[in-house]
Amino acid sequence: MSHHEHEIVRLSAAALAEKLGSGEITSQEATRAHLDRIAAVDGDVHAFLHTNAELSLATAAAIDERRANGEQLHPLAGVPIAVKDVIVTNDMPTTSGSKILEGWLPPYDATVMVKLRAAGLVPIGKTNMDEFAMGSSTEHSAYGPTHNPWDLERIPGGSGGGSAAAVAAFEAPLALGSDTGGSIRQPAHVTGTVGVKPTYGGVSRYGAIALASSLDQIGPVSRTVLDSALLHDVIGGHDPRDSTSLTDSWPSMADAVRGADVAGLKIGVIRELDGDGFQPGVLARFREALDLLAANGAEIVEVSLPSLQYAIAAYYLIMPAEASSNLAKFDSVRFGLRVNPPGGGTVEDVMSATREKGFGAEAKRRIILGTYALSAGYYDAYYGSAQKVRTLVQRDFAAAFAGVDVLVSPTAPTTAFKLGQNDGDPMAMYLNDIATIPANLAGIPGISLPVGLAAEDGLPVGIQFLAPAREDARLYRVGGALERLLEERWGHTLISQAPDLAPGEMTAAQEGAV
Amino acid sequence: MAKAKLMDFDKALELFEPVLGFEVHVELSTKTKMFSDAPNFFGGEPNTNITPVDLGLPGSLPVVNGEAVRYSISLGLALGCSIAPSSRFARKNYFYPDLAKNYQISQFDEPIAFDGSVEVELADGRTVTVPIERAHMEEDAGKLTHVGGATGRIQGAEYSLVDYNRAGVPLVEIVTRPIFGAEADAPELAKAYVATIRDIVVALGISEARMERGNLRCDANVSLRPRGQEKLGTRTETKNVNSLRSVERAVRYEIQRQAAILAEGGTIVQETRHWHEDTGETSAGRPKSDADDYRYFPEPDLLPVVPSAELIDELRAALPEPPAARRRRLKAEWGFTDLEFQDVQNAGLLVEVASTVEAGASPQAARKWWSGEISRIANVRSAEASALVSPADVAALVALVEAGALNDRLARQVLEGVIDGEGTPQEVVDARGLAVVSDDSALIAAIDEALAAQPDVLAKIKDGKVQAAGAVIGAVMKAMKGQADAARVRELVLERAAAE
Amino acid sequence: MSEITQEQVAHLASLARIALTPQEIESLTTELSSIVDNVATVAEVATADVPATSHPIPLQNVYRADVPGTTLTPEQALAGAPDHDGSRFRVTAILGEEQ
Repeated sequence: MSHHEHEIVRLSAAALAEKLGSGEITSQEATRAHLDRIAAVDGDVHAFLHTNAELSLATAAAIDERRANGEQLHPLAGVPIAVKDVIVTNDMPTTSGSKILEGWLPPYDATVMVKLRAAGLVPIGKTNMDEFAMGSSTEHSAYGPTHNPWDLERIPGGSGGGSAAAVAAFEAPLALGSDTGGSIRQPAHVTGTVGVKPTYGGVSRYGAIALASSLDQIGPVSRTVLDSALLHDVIGGHDPRDSTSLTDSWPSMADAVRGADVAGLKIGVIRELDGDGFQPGVLARFREALDLLAANGAEIVEVSLPSLQYAIAAYYLIMPAEASSNLAKFDSVRFGLRVNPPGGGTVEDVMSATREKGFGAEAKRRIILGTYALSAGYYDAYYGSAQKVRTLVQRDFAAAFAGVDVLVSPTAPTTAFKLGQNDGDPMAMYLNDIATIPANLAGIPGISLPVGLAAEDGLPVGIQFLAPAREDARLYRVGGALERLLEERWGHTLISQAPDLAPGEMTAAQEGAV
Repeated sequence: MAKAKLMDFDKALELFEPVLGFEVHVELSTKTKMFSDAPNFFGGEPNTNITPVDLGLPGSLPVVNGEAVRYSISLGLALGCSIAPSSRFARKNYFYPDLAKNYQISQFDEPIAFDGSVEVELADGRTVTVPIERAHMEEDAGKLTHVGGATGRIQGAEYSLVDYNRAGVPLVEIVTRPIFGAEADAPELAKAYVATIRDIVVALGISEARMERGNLRCDANVSLRPRGQEKLGTRTETKNVNSLRSVERAVRYEIQRQAAILAEGGTIVQETRHWHEDTGETSAGRPKSDADDYRYFPEPDLLPVVPSAELIDELRAALPEPPAARRRRLKAEWGFTDLEFQDVQNAGLLVEVASTVEAGASPQAARKWWSGEISRIANVRSAEASALVSPADVAALVALVEAGALNDRLARQVLEGVIDGEGTPQEVVDARGLAVVSDDSALIAAIDEALAAQPDVLAKIKDGKVQAAGAVIGAVMKAMKGQADAARVRELVLERAAAE
Repeated sequence: MSEITQEQVAHLASLARIALTPQEIESLTTELSSIVDNVATVAEVATADVPATSHPIPLQNVYRADVPGTTLTPEQALAGAPDHDGSRFRVTAILGEEQ
């Protein structure tokens, strides 16, 4: 990897886009630089499940040619992007992190892929994830865990640990994630990156392999707030193939970042997510960020959302219930793995053997739990009650947003924990999602951006803002402003403090005298 | 399979009261499927009319066909149902290889239409009101073909093949409440009910409603309770009944079978049973049990259906005449006697006759063909008359006869040709060379030849013994291999005699 | 403590078509009991007067026009299938009956 390439991969998507537009860098150079970076560090990070250098370079070459021909291209045309493996791609295998889909090449593209390709972004690979997006650590991937670029012994968050680690490790400037209970925001928190869960229905779910249909939402992953906004503007908007897709016309999220300002903004601190069970270093960085916002004209108030204490319980009924049904299609008939039991058997035996072998422990756990929650005799007590809690959570948010513009909390209770640390205690793992889950239950948008490193372990801490449904632009406004204020104070970006994963490459590059 | 013991039907009715219930599935004839934009057409090459949605591919999502919703509301209104101000779809979860997602999108606790009733007329003119519990929207499953084993049935098959062309075809399932009071007419009521549903959906123009093609499918629930007992007996659900005649036979069979078991002190197992057209029997299927836990829950990928009052009014105003009123009107318009009309109706041929008349045939000619030759062939072939030939072809046949191009005997041959798939009546006439010889010169030549062979005939005719012409006519028809209009031959013979 | 039995878990596994091993059934029974104890708290506040929310953003009457679109080719449809006969998906013998 050359010095030039080293610099390219450290550019934000916005900065890279500018250089592509001016002709200073070609998309092929940018794509090759990221592929080289992947080759250099992904052996350690394992953010990617699949790359195809030839395919990505050919895509980049086509963009370069169109640009050379004077064609007016989208500002992000030519920028490489990593895609979470939950999103179906017609030119790369799609597994959703599961053995049951190993090697599956979908015959169609997700709507977000159609939009990415139309804008000329260059898909650079598929990223690792907890199997079917079930997890907060990427340890539940059937293809091995992803490692946190800040500390390879630690989790990169989940389920979208691969996408977060890919941008944190400079393997891609942008990535797509999906967020069912925090799978974009929590990995952003533990990797010092930015992630946004849009309003439910703001981005089409068509082609995102469903975990829980009423909670899932695709969103952007990046190192800067502006980059997420630029990507959000590409993937958002109505899709007639998704019945739950909103027909709203959306303002430019990128414009919201560019005009970011917090003066006069009323910010509500969620009392239930500020204290018990939160790591001191997380709370310290969180409070500093609030002080900074206040010092710049934001009004900080405390609000209470009492129903949040039931949110995890409701989530861990609704999500597995929907998942148990969504994952029924993996039956060895039309696609994916087939396992014939010893001595043969009926189709029922084959399906059962396939699902036993093809699903990992967490997937099985949630399918059984969801099947239980929907069973005759238990539906009212579990699934039915959980849907009522959802109403209560929505009411709490509505009441809170009547008094404030955005809500705020730490994104997760702790910094990145060690790989393997929470093995064997599913409930402890589930409690990690306490701050992120409520937004999915209510369908409202949320952003996580880095606010510093925890004093006790030197690991990144994220802050989460939540806005009312359809007010995604508010998140970019406050997020963009806070990011600028923090970086002004630090004098650098947070991600620049991450350890260099390939120290050899710089030396080699310098010796090569570029 | 051991033959089940049957009780004499009259004896069974003496001891037990039959209680019926029906679940009729109607395939809607929209252009596209219920939840995908694949063409609503199946029967072509396997797996050609499918999208990622119909195949349940990971990531795919359903979107409701608005036209199917309109059709369903119209059907609900025609069944006298209330239309739900808000209804929703639900997932019915069960694993089966023909079910691409291993859940069926259906409606559960909030069907689009509920609480209706249908007037069903029996052969003797008696009207029975069948109470409708609900009508709900859902999607059809794919088609399984069982390979290996002796029978082509599922038992003993080595493997099965799945074609998903039918997966996602829009269905409305119409569920009745228990029907009491049919008594000995229960089998006939079963048939008349399904025929009425068929007439309704055809009149609405929302389904092809061809039972032999599975456009209309009936599951018949039958239970018996001893005379004087309040509590309902255990019911069986007979599936796979795909003709009007079979519905009648299956209900009769179940009454006789259940009566025999109950009379011996046995108990009825609550189960699905399969109708076998060939043997005229039902066989035991899967017992209903606690294992039937479909884990219904609201379909999160779809939104509630909330039809506006305006839409409902619009569809209500566009409803066709109810079948009973229509029957009264048609009977008057066609000038049929009671007996003629009842024959047509009991044979389930009202729609066919009406369509044939609409296509230009006279009512009597239409009736004659459907109740006569077509029904006869249907009977011989154990087929549904409506499945054999289209009303348009019958009307074309009638027109050929009336134009003198065919005589009755030839027309019957042409009909056979049409039924055997040789084309339209005109095409069959052309291909088989069956047209009546209308060239007088050919006829005159044949007449001359016949007269030469029977020289006394002319004299007899001139003497006023006109019936003597018959011998000549017979000879001419034989010479023409039947392809002559006998009336024309007669005219020519008489002309010839007069000219002598 | 919720009373989830191994028999129950075995039944759920059969509904969900997963051939769990006896060890899995045992451990899942324990885990499920603990999870269910936690999540059962939803019943505390889910009173009869609270309506259920199934969709986070309320929409209704979302329909598609009845116009045919593009279909998959049989090759595309069958490409990912574990087994097929060239035009149809092939599955092992089905014991039982048509649904």
